[in-house]
Amino acid sequence: MAYSEKVIDHYSEPRNVGSLDKSDLNVGTGLVGAPECGDVMKLQIQVDPETKEIVDAKFKTFGCGSAIASSSLATEWVKGKSIDEAMSIQNTEIVEELSLPPVKIHCSVLAEDAIKAAISDYKSRNEN
Amino acid sequence: MKLPIYLDYNATTPVDPLVVEAMMPFFTESFGNAASRNHAFGWQVEQVVEDARESIGKAIGAGAKEIVFTSGATESDNLAVLGVAEFYQKNGKHIITSPIEHKAVIDPCHALEQRGYEITFLDVDKDGCIDLKQLEESIREDTILVSLMAGNNEIGTLNPLREIGEITRAKGVLFHTDATQGVGKIPIDVDEMKIDLLSMSAHKIYGPKGMGALYVRRKKPRVRLSPIMFGGGHERGMRSGTLNVTGIVGFAKALELSMAEMASEAERLTGLRQRLFDRLSAELDYIFLNGHPTERLPNNLNLSFGYVEGESLMMGVSNLAVSSGSACTSASLEPSYVLRALGVGDDLAHSSIRFGMGRFTTVEEIDYTAEKMIVAVKRLREMSPLYEMVKEGVDLSTVEWASH
Repeated sequence: MAYSEKVIDHYSEPRNVGSLDKSDLNVGTGLVGAPECGDVMKLQIQVDPETKEIVDAKFKTFGCGSAIASSSLATEWVKGKSIDEAMSIQNTEIVEELSLPPVKIHCSVLAEDAIKAAISDYKSRNEN
Repeated sequence: MKLPIYLDYNATTPVDPLVVEAMMPFFTESFGNAASRNHAFGWQVEQVVEDARESIGKAIGAGAKEIVFTSGATESDNLAVLGVAEFYQKNGKHIITSPIEHKAVIDPCHALEQRGYEITFLDVDKDGCIDLKQLEESIREDTILVSLMAGNNEIGTLNPLREIGEITRAKGVLFHTDATQGVGKIPIDVDEMKIDLLSMSAHKIYGPKGMGALYVRRKKPRVRLSPIMFGGGHERGMRSGTLNVTGIVGFAKALELSMAEMASEAERLTGLRQRLFDRLSAELDYIFLNGHPTERLPNNLNLSFGYVEGESLMMGVSNLAVSSGSACTSASLEPSYVLRALGVGDDLAHSSIRFGMGRFTTVEEIDYTAEKMIVAVKRLREMSPLYEMVKEGVDLSTVEWASH
């Protein structure tokens, strides 16, 4: 099973690896997956309190090359989007962009879940 | 040093040039069918085959008549398990084996379960070792076969063949061992170890693929088998089909070469394995050895690199050919059932890498491997949310994961 060039690219030069301060109210943290499944993604977003735009995003992933690429791509895509726009990112778009084979589609699903989890976390901490 | 470096010798091996040379004449010149009784083309290769039987038998302390040629260890395992089950069913339908056997033993056992046989899977401890007492206690009046491998292909753990043979012989139960990873690497003697059936494969010892054998004891006790391949009654009725003469010649030559250097290779490979382990553990924390630390195949090193997933690790060392127990590397998305049986924990199963060293592995390759692995593991740990949590002092076993 050979990897697509884009997967290899994201794996070798992942975008936005790192962590944001999860105690910051403007940060939303999503942690999805489970070690037993072999896939854990942590995706964080930094939201501008005025424009409600996602101005920064970081990720860390325990998982295969496709999982790493999916989450790296996810951080790239959420940046510069509003929260609602980011919510509508579909895993199928990730599959297409990275040319993921059927057996790796679940990695893209997890990335979509990670985005939603980060947004959900941000929202719940900014209820007021 | 040629890249990529091959470190998957437990998966398969290149055919040794001397083996290729020995096989060549039988492709084009001495191409006869060994069963052609009526002309020189047949007689010639028949003799060659008998010589091969003799030398292969000798390598494990068996006689020529006790060697049945097959298409490989998978077929040998099937023949042993299904052949004994079918032939001896009037004596009973209970078989004992272990959960970390190769699928070529486990799957026929599962098939037998569908036909009304009962299979006992012994417990294995965290190193993959069986409990001899449990084995003894599991043997019943209706037990017809015990199948336990010589050395495990994934984690390298060796089974105590001699002790197992003592128990089975005393109880009058047949003992089959899948010695695919052991033959030519560790000393095996079917009489000393009271082994009744033994599977072996050529492509694990620098011989050709598609070639193997099953040792079937002829004396005390005489083992009988129902064949699984019908059509001509070759191999004393146990395995029909035209003999793969080129494969047989190659197998015999490969085994001869392995036996000649078995002791020195065992020492050299154990040294390389230790060197790799020492270098990695000097630089990396949270590394775990899978399998028994000393009672293991000389050439096998199976390590889990905590908090880093196996497939992504292999991607990071693309100039190395190794294998992993990670689910991501299997077509079924299941992690290694062997590591699971050890109770290693699925997350560590996903983080495992198997290094298999071999005849052509050099110190230089080992050092290069260690270097590349260290860099890749460190890089992936930078990217690992699990490593981050562990370093922050989080106990991962207390976390509630939101899996999809």
